[in-house]
Amino acid sequence: MTVTAFALVRLRNLFAVVMLSGIFSLLAAVLYVVLDAVDVAFTEAAVGAGIATVLMLGTLALTTSVVKEAPQKPIAPLLIVSLTGALLIFGTLDMPPYGDPSAPIHHHVAPRYIEKSGSEVGPPNIVTSVLASYRGYDTLGEVTVIFTAAVGVLILLGGGRRSRKKRRTAGKTGG
Amino acid sequence: MKFKSILRVISKLLIPAIMLFALYVQFHGDFGPGGGFQAGVIFASAFILYALIFDIDTARKVVPAWVMRVGLASGLLLYAGVGVAGLLLGGKYLDYSVLADEPVQGQHLGITLIEFGVGVTVASAMITIFYLFASQSERPADR
Amino acid sequence: MEFPGLFNYWIVVVLMMTGFYIVIAQGNLVKKVVGLNIFQVSVFVFYISMSKIRGGTAPILDEGIEIYTNPLPHVLILTAIVVGVATTALALALVVRIRDAYGTIEEEEIGQLEQEEET
Repeated sequence: MTVTAFALVRLRNLFAVVMLSGIFSLLAAVLYVVLDAVDVAFTEAAVGAGIATVLMLGTLALTTSVVKEAPQKPIAPLLIVSLTGALLIFGTLDMPPYGDPSAPIHHHVAPRYIEKSGSEVGPPNIVTSVLASYRGYDTLGEVTVIFTAAVGVLILLGGGRRSRKKRRTAGKTGG
Repeated sequence: MKFKSILRVISKLLIPAIMLFALYVQFHGDFGPGGGFQAGVIFASAFILYALIFDIDTARKVVPAWVMRVGLASGLLLYAGVGVAGLLLGGKYLDYSVLADEPVQGQHLGITLIEFGVGVTVASAMITIFYLFASQSERPADR
Repeated sequence: MEFPGLFNYWIVVVLMMTGFYIVIAQGNLVKKVVGLNIFQVSVFVFYISMSKIRGGTAPILDEGIEIYTNPLPHVLILTAIVVGVATTALALALVVRIRDAYGTIEEEEIGQLEQEEET
């Protein structure tokens, strides 16, 4: 997965970049299955490898598919990146080790969800009951974000098309 | 892609299966992995496959763009409406326990409804976005 | 310390920095969006790997299973992925409009064009 990411940095052909990012998503989905997050893996495989790739390809068809040579020297960004990375790795030293059941994240609300959701909400899939019932507000917000993003794309891309269509066939509504 | 007969035949076989699978994921999300988000995306991808193979104009005839826009809004409204329904029945906003006689049944009903709302919104959002990107490419380039 | 230890966090940091590097060092806007996606996936992996409990199974209730992986991060990331693709679509739509307006999707060239317009 990391190798794919590094290949993404080097490649100049955007078509290959998009394909590799699809592979990257699939690998991420496999990783999620290994980490027990089956719902998340499902979503990532459908979204990241499917829809996102199609959208990127659509953009490439509309624009160009070859990256021009970057004129600037990549030393300054590389410095910033390695500095930030070093700081973050220093920060991880205080994190609980992987798979540790005594990590603080597992002690706040999660035990309640696991114990009670079967009798309070019903569905055996805890992810579904947390998503739809305990955190209904969150999910409502997320759906609103998706709605807003779609409306934004409509405004950005749909508006131009409509005015153009109006110019060609006057009076016919575009939407 | 009008002449790729293998693609056409295979996708004709696959698209109903993908849509059926999307519905399965939608309504089986309580018991296994799945739910509205995934189902919406899978449904949309079946549709996008159709549009890619059989040309975007054919797809537009099957499901016009305005249907998708209506779906986009109505899914969200369904979600919020379930919340309001709970409010009217004397519970808190988005509290499904009051929707049926038994709290657990009410929860089940509420979850099914809002997952359906989520699925409709996500599917129509993805298809709308895809339509828009596709319709950009068929217009004459102005540069 | 056993093998995975803190290794998962280091993978996340490496991925995150890769995405970050693409965003700040590449001039091409589509590639910047891909970089943002990598950054995003690294955050997802971070959350999901935090939620894992050794010996736990997927959070679907069943008889005879005692330890479940923490479901809360799964919920957060599940919605975040779908929101992520919606915002990616928005970003790509912006790229398409920029290409319409300037005829290029390279940051440098857009800057040059703007300067020419000012003078």
